Amino acid sequence: MAAKEGAGVISTAKRIFTKVQWQKYASFIALVFLVILSSILSPYFLKPQNLINIVRQVSYTGIIALGMTFVIITAGIDLSVGSVVAFTGSVVILSMNAFLNVVDNEFFGVLLGFIIGILVGGLSGAFNAFMITKGKIVPFIATLGSMAIFRSLSLFIGNAGEIPSHNELYGEFGMGTLLFIPVPVFFFIGLAAILHLVLNNTRYGRYLCAVGSNQKVALFSAINVNKIKFIAYTLIGVLVGISAILLGSRFNAVSTSNMGLSYELDAIAAVIIGGTVMAGGRGTIWGTVFGALILGIINNMLNMVGVSPYLQGTVKGLVIIAAVYVQKQKQ
Amino acid sequence: MSDEIIRVENVCKSFSTVEVLHSVSFSINRGEVLGIIGENGAGKSTMMKILSGIYTLTSGEIIFEGEHVLIQTPEEAKKLGISIIPQEFNLINDLSVYNNVFLGSELTKKNGFLDKEAMKRRTSELLSSLEVDISPEEQIANLSAAEKQMVEISKAIAFESKVLIMDEPTSVLTSHEINILFNLMRKLKEGGYTIVYISHKLKEVKEICDRVLVLRDGNFVLNESINEISLETMAQSMVGRELSQIFPKKTKPSSDSILQVKNLDIEGVLKNINFDLKKGEILGFGGLVGAGRTEVSEAIMGLRKLAKGQIFMQGEPLVIRNPEDAVNAGLGYLSEDRQGSGIITSFSVSHNTTLVSLPKYSRNFLKWIDKNKEKEASEKYRSLFNLKTESLDTPLEFLSGGNQQKVSMSKSIDSEPIVLIVDEPTRGIDVSAKQEIYQFIHDLVEKGISCIFISSEMEELIGMCNRVVVMKDGHITGILGGEDITEEKIMLYATGIVEEEA
Repeated sequence: MAAKEGAGVISTAKRIFTKVQWQKYASFIALVFLVILSSILSPYFLKPQNLINIVRQVSYTGIIALGMTFVIITAGIDLSVGSVVAFTGSVVILSMNAFLNVVDNEFFGVLLGFIIGILVGGLSGAFNAFMITKGKIVPFIATLGSMAIFRSLSLFIGNAGEIPSHNELYGEFGMGTLLFIPVPVFFFIGLAAILHLVLNNTRYGRYLCAVGSNQKVALFSAINVNKIKFIAYTLIGVLVGISAILLGSRFNAVSTSNMGLSYELDAIAAVIIGGTVMAGGRGTIWGTVFGALILGIINNMLNMVGVSPYLQGTVKGLVIIAAVYVQKQKQ
Repeated sequence: MSDEIIRVENVCKSFSTVEVLHSVSFSINRGEVLGIIGENGAGKSTMMKILSGIYTLTSGEIIFEGEHVLIQTPEEAKKLGISIIPQEFNLINDLSVYNNVFLGSELTKKNGFLDKEAMKRRTSELLSSLEVDISPEEQIANLSAAEKQMVEISKAIAFESKVLIMDEPTSVLTSHEINILFNLMRKLKEGGYTIVYISHKLKEVKEICDRVLVLRDGNFVLNESINEISLETMAQSMVGRELSQIFPKKTKPSSDSILQVKNLDIEGVLKNINFDLKKGEILGFGGLVGAGRTEVSEAIMGLRKLAKGQIFMQGEPLVIRNPEDAVNAGLGYLSEDRQGSGIITSFSVSHNTTLVSLPKYSRNFLKWIDKNKEKEASEKYRSLFNLKTESLDTPLEFLSGGNQQKVSMSKSIDSEPIVLIVDEPTRGIDVSAKQEIYQFIHDLVEKGISCIFISSEMEELIGMCNRVVVMKDGHITGILGGEDITEEKIMLYATGIVEEEA
């Protein structure tokens, strides 16, 4: 009898624990902890300029991580994002340069670059989506293939070197501010807000979780599973395109061999640290935003305390493994 | 007092918060054939899975040959001498018979390589001692269901099992094969084996068992020597009340047909399926496992590609390429596989309820979900079905099977179908939840919905349906109506002994 009561207490405690859902806030708690730790370790950490720098740094991969959240919720993955960044960035600058040769208007050049960037990114995503939905190739393999394809294509069109932009306005745009917020941060936060609403309040968001939780149930429930997946992979392509536009304008040039290198790692890491489950079905956008910030702060802190930049990958890797381990324990 | 081999005392078993076995106690005597009967979901299989180490008990004790034992893995059960022959065979299709018999306990030579010759010899001895004519080198994939069962039995006795638990062993066998199995069981009994025979087929229990235990809703309600109990008493104690009280009164359907299926054909699965469903009718589909009933419903719902055939709704031909088309045409579907294709266990009650009907709650440009309306709808089903859940936001994994089924049902009807197809709607749920589901289907039909009712439980088909379509091997062997709906007639058609001219 006593054993039974004991079990009762434990199960009630468990239920309360699940009700509060600590795991839901784990990424936020980790973020707060890191901020406190960093401000103790370095007096410069809390300086506004440093904070703005951190957020700007994480914006480029952060934007991609937003799309990666959707893809991972469908129980998929996209490894091609880094290569697509390089490819799109190259095409954007090449087409802007070509445009300037014909029409001497920098503003319309940047506008064209924008449209091209979103189009090329979106089409690359749609290419992945096509392989995954129509070709029934597992996402890991399909995007591994396109990762090689797009990196090679960007090396080819840029002769493996740097492609400089002749458009001055493009360079200014990326370093500018919009409503007092640095442009990339503006995009990151704005897109995060929109995608948060899409995920939680629209039919598409609900279907996305259904497809990731149990594809068969989704199919039996009259949900067009392929369409939902197609949109997710195309969306991440568009976001990669936006990230590439912003990244190219940062230096007003792209390096075809280095641009976007290991961005897939950063994006996936941000999603996982943010509490989205690799198995799919569940995830949050704000978790991913915190995940991206956590990665950014860790990098910043390591720099400030003088850890070799070569070791930063080790720390990042350990953080990802730890995050997944914690996730597993909670299940 | 006879010689007890196993004694079970006050065993309870819970899954998450639901207790499925309530302090069960019984004993098994050495050398007897003990029948354990009960309805689906009564806890028979759960109890046996505890004895064979697949589940661990929540509380209680097991005494094996006079000693307290803890059985936590199938290996430990095997070591004690308890083997289970599961409903779904545990054999690897691509391996040969002898490899399966010795799977996990392979014989090896001194150098560490497999001793294939010894394993073949031993398997051959086992099979011939059972008087079964199967070559040890045959691939499992080439064997019939009955032969696979023989292999399972040889596997069990190869390792000096003392107790053999057979979980619904006859559900996949023909009557001839059942006779062979029973002869084998008698022989095993003479050889000193103890057999636990789980079934809900009462006649078979009467024929083969020495003693019978009846399990209902996780409690033992009866323990009787087989000679002193009639089939009727067994049936009544299984159900716990008169059968007639369970089912609502049948309503009379109209003579207009609402759904017509003509010449439905799926390569290698279905042949020439023709039937029509009347307005306000409950049309049953009976037959053995694998007869093609689920395939018919999946074909109608756009889940399978048709080779041939047409479906008419109120006289209009339907084009159904996918489930979306089917739902838009006014069809609703409750899948037989609740966890696999019916509900999303990590989704909340209300999210599951509106999974099919979500467009109804998000009819605007942004496809924004009206969460208040969604809540209202699930609240409605919660009171309608007397749903036991902490809140509408509780994920379904925390609900019992019966309550999950009610949510699954809500999901199927929230899209307001004209024709509802239910496939095994009461599988694995307790009697009171069953009764609620019967009543609910009855109420729907009274409101003018028509229903296709697929079931493997005879009483359901007899108690609920206006007519019953019986299938065998992918085609319809007969359509029974009125007084003709009896267990005997359904079985005759289901086994193909009698067949109507198509």
